[in-house]
Amino acid sequence: MTSLFSKFEGLAGALGSVVAAGGRNPFAVVIEKPISSTVGVIEGRETLLFGTNNYLGLSQSERAIKAAQEAAATCGVGTTGSRIANGTQSLHRKLERQIADFFERRDAMVFSTGYQANLGMISALAGKDDYLILDADSHASIYDGSRLSAAQVIRFRHNSPDDLYKRLKRLDAPNSAKLIVVEGIYSMTGNVAPMAEFAAVKRETGAYLMVDEAHSFGVLGEHGRGAAEAEGVEADVDFIVGTFSKSLGTVGGYCVSDHPELELVRLNCRPYMFTASLPPEVIAATGAALEDMIAQPELRRQLMDNAAHLHAGFTKLGLNASKRVSPVIAVTLETVEQAIPMWNRLLELGVYVNLSLPPATPDSRPLLRCSVMATHTAEQIDQALAVFGQAAQECGVPLQPCAA
Amino acid sequence: MSETVESVSALIIQKLLANPKVPRDIDGNCKIMEDLAFDSLAVMNFVMEVEDSLDVSVPLDKLADIRTINDLAACIVDLKNKG
Ligand SMILES: Cc1ncc(COP(=O)(O)O)c(C=O)c1O
Repeated sequence: MTSLFSKFEGLAGALGSVVAAGGRNPFAVVIEKPISSTVGVIEGRETLLFGTNNYLGLSQSERAIKAAQEAAATCGVGTTGSRIANGTQSLHRKLERQIADFFERRDAMVFSTGYQANLGMISALAGKDDYLILDADSHASIYDGSRLSAAQVIRFRHNSPDDLYKRLKRLDAPNSAKLIVVEGIYSMTGNVAPMAEFAAVKRETGAYLMVDEAHSFGVLGEHGRGAAEAEGVEADVDFIVGTFSKSLGTVGGYCVSDHPELELVRLNCRPYMFTASLPPEVIAATGAALEDMIAQPELRRQLMDNAAHLHAGFTKLGLNASKRVSPVIAVTLETVEQAIPMWNRLLELGVYVNLSLPPATPDSRPLLRCSVMATHTAEQIDQALAVFGQAAQECGVPLQPCAA
Repeated sequence: MSETVESVSALIIQKLLANPKVPRDIDGNCKIMEDLAFDSLAVMNFVMEVEDSLDVSVPLDKLADIRTINDLAACIVDLKNKG
């Protein structure tokens, strides 16, 4: 008889060789104890965290911790129900108002994760007769949302407004609604979307535009509203989706919009309707973290300074870092045989980053993906750079230093 | 609008052979993922190239039903005839 698990044989082999090449499973790292936003204990060692997406360090926000404690004490630790049944407390509505006000939008929907926000919004909005037009490098949650939707799905070349335009023109479907989906900052590479050009294509073709600001919320734009704010095209964005799990340091997802029909989406959105809502302590912590973020715009400046510091250091060392400076900085290596030992050596020397292997990387080369935090000190960044230099040398990774 | 399954299939094979990693002896009955060892991302990226050569867009949901080079060719011819 066929085993249910025979489809995993290839994966088991691939994982086995990754473990054999480096001595540990990179996808089973345990942070034994978080010490601060930037340091955690891994394998008994204090390790610098450069791969947690905790851009503003707010997972350790005093204000958020206190709010969570108070909410748990007064409201309990769970809602035991979906948003459309018994799972909406006044805290949920209050947070939705807070998020909508922050984005200066009519209304907001809060989901249990960012993954579900994409799944829910994309599948609810794009119906059988509609077209979804996705950036080729979209996050898994966007692809999964498109599979849950009945729409026809077209990919366009990553970050290419010209290709988007060409593919929209090619459609020749005047009676179908079209929804373009892009991200503000791409999670693997740190690439930033050319939002103004995408907005121009949207205007010219009459499509709708959704932007996933998961990695750009709290990071880009004068107020931290993301890539659309940074390029001054928020009015062209019909829907912004995002997550609380990065810059706000908690968990949950959202969608904001000026379209009054958002109220109807609540009743036509399976990942919103058929799952339990976020517990009171998470909702309260998220609202408090948002207040923290608004109260400390200097965190965003510090974050960008830190990103520039790390990026310049990589370039000086001769590592191939992302072109654009953003808080996601991916170091591209040429081969998996270099990447696995290097990632392991970094961890042994006390620096945690994310190892991304093809085919989960955009151009079939492996990445050491770093995420920078506002709370990293200059000394921590210099230390991480020294460790990168040492690990590269020990692992025989070729360096091409530029004159700095 | 004169493409046939044969002509589109020939064009696909010609494009595939431009990639040195693809076996030399492929034909229209080859299964794209199994015989060419393409992962799902590689298939989507390859289809994008074919789309541009033939000025057509193949919706992703259609790709789910495509296994061989000839399946892809037939799907494209079908899409072009509708257009
Ligand atoms: C671009 C993008 N969208 C959505 C998500 C999902 O967010 P969450 O962790 O809240 O499910 C992520 C992060 O994993 C992401 O990188």
